[in-house]
Amino acid sequence: MTSLVLADHEGGTLNPATLATVTAAAALGGPVHVLVAGGGDATAAADAAAKVAGVEKVLLASDAAYAHQLAENVAPLVAGLMDGYDAFLASATTTGKNIAPRVAALMDVMQVSDIIGVEGPKTFTRPIYAGNAIATVESSDAKLVITVRGTAFDKAAAEGGSAAVENVSGAGDAGLSSFVGLEAVKSDRPELTSAGTIVSGGRALKDGPTFEQVITPLADKLGAAIGASRAAVDAGYVPNDYQVGQTGKIVAPELYIAVGISGAIQHLAGMKDSKVIVAINKDPDAPIFQVADLGLVADLFQAVPELTEKL
Amino acid sequence: MKILVPVKRVIDYNLKPRIKADGSGVDLANIKMSMNPFDEIALEEAVRIKEAGKAEEVVAVSIGPAKAGSDTLKSARAIGADRAIHVETDEEVEPLAVAKILKAIVDEEQPQLVIMGKQAIDDDNNQTGQMLAALLGRPQGTFASKVEIDGDHVAVTREVDGGLETVRLALPAVVTTDLRLNEPRFPALPNIIKAAKKPMSTKSPADYGVDTAPRLKTLKVAEPPVRQAGEIVPDVDTLVAKLKAMGAV
Repeated sequence: MTSLVLADHEGGTLNPATLATVTAAAALGGPVHVLVAGGGDATAAADAAAKVAGVEKVLLASDAAYAHQLAENVAPLVAGLMDGYDAFLASATTTGKNIAPRVAALMDVMQVSDIIGVEGPKTFTRPIYAGNAIATVESSDAKLVITVRGTAFDKAAAEGGSAAVENVSGAGDAGLSSFVGLEAVKSDRPELTSAGTIVSGGRALKDGPTFEQVITPLADKLGAAIGASRAAVDAGYVPNDYQVGQTGKIVAPELYIAVGISGAIQHLAGMKDSKVIVAINKDPDAPIFQVADLGLVADLFQAVPELTEKL
Repeated sequence: MKILVPVKRVIDYNLKPRIKADGSGVDLANIKMSMNPFDEIALEEAVRIKEAGKAEEVVAVSIGPAKAGSDTLKSARAIGADRAIHVETDEEVEPLAVAKILKAIVDEEQPQLVIMGKQAIDDDNNQTGQMLAALLGRPQGTFASKVEIDGDHVAVTREVDGGLETVRLALPAVVTTDLRLNEPRFPALPNIIKAAKKPMSTKSPADYGVDTAPRLKTLKVAEPPVRQAGEIVPDVDTLVAKLKAMGAV
């Protein structure tokens, strides 16, 4: 059983989710190889992947056609490499979720999505119904295609490995799609899915400027990423990519501070694996208190500035 | 241009699923079922494209039991689909097999665009659109928050982890929808009445030569581990002290 992991990378840096995917691949029991497909910056990402503990070999496919990880171009590359592998794993990031099913269909394999546990060589656990149930499923396909929920596995050590890097190539541009642009979120803050601390705000923040005024100083003080509930996003306080929840980002920081968030099941599904959860809400019956380690029933407009000052 | 919109009948979005006592699955007996919300967004988008004069026909497809035809596809026609194709089966059909059936339908119908939800809220697989695009050898615009038809291409803005990415796809193409693409309408009463008169054909997976035998076996379905509630602290000072004692700050 040899596994191929697709590296999720940007600007020469590996996405931390890839490290968790390496751990999941290692749990399958065989050697782990990593494929880095990208443009000019893929070489730096391949060097980083070669250093990851537990990685035996890195395959580098450097071609302008792979620069933006377009599924139409990357999926045939992966499928073409799978003769030598028993399992293909990608992180359940938007990149992995875009590419992996396309690979699976090219291989005539039924993908196992968003796994949170490896129970056996072909048996996995995965959340269904927005995290309201956990299914244990066994694949009967000869080869496996899997996406991995990054917060459910420990990250492999980024240093300590010394894998060889081997160049590979595929058909390149399928001529079906092209990258137009990325409206990236410019922020000095840590990225939500890899942040150690997250301060999240809900609809109780009233509007965009108030959200900023209340949440930002606390996040600054803690060096935290900023998240939001779907209600706050839908109300337009903050952009879409702030959303934590089953249909947004799945996070599991060391510390998660939920401010003015009631705790809809959809939101809880995205953050309940956080190590320490703090909830500040004036409604003592808010469901968020049922998962919080520390709850403070208070008016957030007084409590949050006070907390910011006293930390 | 013709647009094909696959829609799935799933547990209603507002209901919390009940897990069967024997752990074999989720109990759907006597539970309110509705159209998968992401598919509803897909259908709305298709109807808007038609209303903007950029498409002539919207065809809805559903694969599932009798009620997927009588309920879900009736709703689809009330929202604005011109006709419907019901592929009737009482078996659970996995995304790969769904994609194969849809491919056969696309081969027959030759739509320029297929729009569908990015995932169904029951199995949360997030696979079918990508698989269909792969089987067709056509491009995919997944997790769309904006769809713009531009001649023989479509520009799709995608909700990605790092922000909003725009790709340009050659038609025919497959698009999967994210939550904020649009807000689906409530169908007007006259449209609901008219819906039943719009044509619907009924087929079976065998008509398309697709083997729907599952590749994944569900061994068990269980409640997620419950996180225990901690304590309510009286004030900010106690909160700060506890956080420090836990080493969390």
